[in-house]
Amino acid sequence: MTDSTAARIPADTLDPKFQEYARPDRIVSTQWVADNLDTPGVVIVESDEDVLLYEAGHIPGAVKIDWHTELNDPVTRDYVDGEGFAQLMSAKGISREDTLVVYGDKSNWWAAYAMWVFTLFGHEDVRLMDGGRQKWEAEGREYTREKPTPTATDYPVVSRDDSRIRAFLPEVRDAIGEIPLIDVRSTEEFTGERTHMPAYPEEGALRGGHIPTAQSVPWAKAANDDGTFRSADELKKLYLDDLGLTPGGDIIAYCRIGERSSHTWFVLEHLLGFDSVKNYDGSWTEWGNVVRVPIATGTEPGEAPSA
Amino acid sequence: MSDAVNEDAPLPGGLQEIADDFAAAAENELLEILLEFSDELPELPERYADHPELLEPVPECQSPIFLVVEVEPDAADLKAGTVHLFFSAPKEAPTTRGFAGILQEGLDGRTVGEVLAVPADFPLRLSLTKAVSPLRLNGMSGMLARIQRQVVEKSGSPA
Repeated sequence: MTDSTAARIPADTLDPKFQEYARPDRIVSTQWVADNLDTPGVVIVESDEDVLLYEAGHIPGAVKIDWHTELNDPVTRDYVDGEGFAQLMSAKGISREDTLVVYGDKSNWWAAYAMWVFTLFGHEDVRLMDGGRQKWEAEGREYTREKPTPTATDYPVVSRDDSRIRAFLPEVRDAIGEIPLIDVRSTEEFTGERTHMPAYPEEGALRGGHIPTAQSVPWAKAANDDGTFRSADELKKLYLDDLGLTPGGDIIAYCRIGERSSHTWFVLEHLLGFDSVKNYDGSWTEWGNVVRVPIATGTEPGEAPSA
Repeated sequence: MSDAVNEDAPLPGGLQEIADDFAAAAENELLEILLEFSDELPELPERYADHPELLEPVPECQSPIFLVVEVEPDAADLKAGTVHLFFSAPKEAPTTRGFAGILQEGLDGRTVGEVLAVPADFPLRLSLTKAVSPLRLNGMSGMLARIQRQVVEKSGSPA
């Protein structure tokens, strides 16, 4: 898979840090993006938490994809279907073979989330821009308000495959005590002190705490202060040495609605090369409202309930 | 602020005109209009820029925003006092700035009575629900509630 894409648009070799990652062709530097703004077959995609940030200024030539109004189904709590995805990609001028480079605000949470959704539809070549908007801005690089006018493509209708990287509640419940669960929310959310992120609005979880046996690894531990990802050595220490995870086994990550755990999914799947990482996008806004699912509070992972 | 809000009644202050502009806009223009409000949100005057602790945070918003209300009293009629609104929100949070800009343009310089008459569901009447999402609009409801509470406190007017 990676071999064929590598043959088309080469991986970014500008940043030596990338060479240490398991899949160095999944991440590019701001400089690489600046050098490839006009490269045929490369589409730059901005995906943000703030729905207006792209309009306020974006990387020249970038198209916008909004997680809430475009990737989510407007009625059911789910993602768009194959038809909807094909229409969206076509409207953005994206072909199935294109190399997508995604970036955004908030240390690339939503960029990673968009990448995860693109992966559900099997779009092969998706990469993240390390550091996102924060780094692009810190380097004083150009933004524009001029929007591209994409030419519609004939993006194929592909069924979404939720089996490999997406977890649903029954599977998560069965995973308790069986496979590692990673809770990537803040410590206050993990312990149950809060049901939402510090300084974020209440989104309606009735109970606080975490899924029993889940280990707390806030997503930010994988990020540097400038929004870039930590080095492979630092990530290995965090997830392999400190947490005892192994790259071969199954892992499920969750947060509040699946955006911060997409960040962790990217780290485990692409930077560390784990085989089977799933994002539980129902996350705490589902688990914290379901009747009679087990919940643990406090700083310890807690025990699996006896059957 | 009563429960029996007449949905056909015009919105107070300058808000109805703003709501009409959004309602008349094409779907792909809605965010552009919101961006204009974000761009035009006035800077804080020095007396607040130098004293951020005087502003109240709005935790209902996903981005940091702070606001403060001033009321010029009217000796004859508490409800006739004049309201002034001041907001602080970073450039990295244009949606939140846009919400603040709408409230600033629609309510600054208006009377206590007008500000208190804004229905709590006003953000849902801006035709932005689809373009922005209801969850994001919650932030504007949070701002409005705090503005109205400060106006009550500072005007001595009953809510």
